[in-house]
Amino acid sequence: MREMIKMVVVLTIISLASGGLLAALRDGTQERIDNQVLEFVKGPAVRDILKAAANDPISSRFQIKDGGVLRTFFVAVIDGKPRGVALESSGKGYGGDVGLMVGIDVTDNKILGVGVTTMSETPGLGARAKTDPKFVAQFKGRPVSEPVKVTQDGGTINALSGATITSRAVSSGVADALALYERLKPQIIDKMKDVKTK
Amino acid sequence: MAKSLTQEFTKGLWAEIPPFRLVLGLCPTLAVSNTFENGIGMGIAVTFVLVFSNILISALRKIIPAKVRIAAFIIVIATFVTVVELLMQAYTYALFLQLGIFIPLIVVNCILLGRAEAFASKNGIIRSTLDGLGMGIGYTLALGALAAFRQILGAGAITFYKTPIQLFGPSFEPFTFMVQAPGAFICLGLMLAVMNILGKK
Repeated sequence: MREMIKMVVVLTIISLASGGLLAALRDGTQERIDNQVLEFVKGPAVRDILKAAANDPISSRFQIKDGGVLRTFFVAVIDGKPRGVALESSGKGYGGDVGLMVGIDVTDNKILGVGVTTMSETPGLGARAKTDPKFVAQFKGRPVSEPVKVTQDGGTINALSGATITSRAVSSGVADALALYERLKPQIIDKMKDVKTK
Repeated sequence: MAKSLTQEFTKGLWAEIPPFRLVLGLCPTLAVSNTFENGIGMGIAVTFVLVFSNILISALRKIIPAKVRIAAFIIVIATFVTVVELLMQAYTYALFLQLGIFIPLIVVNCILLGRAEAFASKNGIIRSTLDGLGMGIGYTLALGALAAFRQILGAGAITFYKTPIQLFGPSFEPFTFMVQAPGAFICLGLMLAVMNILGKK
C-alpha cells in the first residue's frame, strides 16, 4: 500500500513540475513564436504585395476586434505616409481553405496586390494560384468597389484553366477581404494614424 | 569495471557511438540527414534533451519507484523535448520547419530512453551528464558525417549556416539518389560496414 501511494505521489509531482515548467516557457516564448510564424508563413506574401513600403509591414501591424474575431492588419508606409494596409482572408478551394493576403491602398481605395499564403490545391492546376504571378496580378490596381468574380460567374477575373474552383476561392476571398475593409474602414484609418512613418 | 570519467564521455564518441555502434535512433538518422545543417541541428536538439534528461533522471533515481520508472522517464524526456520544440520555434524557425515532425519524435527515440534506463538510473549526476554529453555529441557527429556524405554526393554541396556551398564545378552531375530515402539506407549501411572494419583491428 505504501508503495502504491509513493508511486502516485512521485508521478503526480513530476507531472506537475513538468506542466508548470512548460506553461511558463510557453508564456515566455509565445510572442516570439507568433512573430516567427508571421515572418515565415505570411511574411513573404505581405512583403511581396506591399513592395513599395519603406517600413517593415510585419512589425508595424495592429489588430482590430471584429465581432468575436481578432483581425490583424499590416501597414505599409508609402511616400512618407501610412498608406497601404494588408489583411488576411481565405476562400474555400478544392483542397481546403486557400489563405490569402490582400493589400489595399487606403488613399485611392485600390488593390495593391493579392498573395496566396497557405493552400493545398492540386499541384500544376490550382497550385498555380500561388506559383503563377500572372493570375494574382489581375487583382492589382482594381478599385475596391468593383465586384470580384471570375468570368464564368459574370465577372472580369480570368480563371486559371483547369482550376475554376481555386480561382473562385481566390476571388471570393478577395471579395471578403474588400467587404471587411469597407466595413472596418473608419477603425483601420484611425489605427493607421498611430503607425510611425519612419 | 568502473570507468574513468573521461571514458564515460569518450565512449559515446567512438566505442558506443549511437547510430553506428548501438544502432539506435535510426528513424531520424535516416530522415533528416539529407543536408548537413539539418543533421547537425537534429544532433544538437538530441544532445540537449539527452544531457538534461540524464541529469534529472540521475538526480531523481532514488526517489522514482522502480515500477513506474518508465513513465517517469518518459515525462522527463517529453518535457525537455517540448522545451526544445518551443525554443526552436522561437529562435530557429527555419530549422524547425525543416526538421518538423522529427523534433517531437525525439521522445520516442530509443537513445534517450535507452540511456535513461541503462545508465542515468544507475549512476551519479556527473557520470550521467558526461554520458549524455558524449552520446549526444557522438550522435551529432554521426548524423553530420552521414549528412555530409549524402549531401556532397547527392547535391555536390554542403549547407552551412543556411547557404549551400557548391563544392564542384558546373560539370558535376548530382547523384540525386543519395539525398532521397533509399540513398539514406545505402549510406548508413556503408558507414556501418566501415565502422565494423575499423573496429575489428
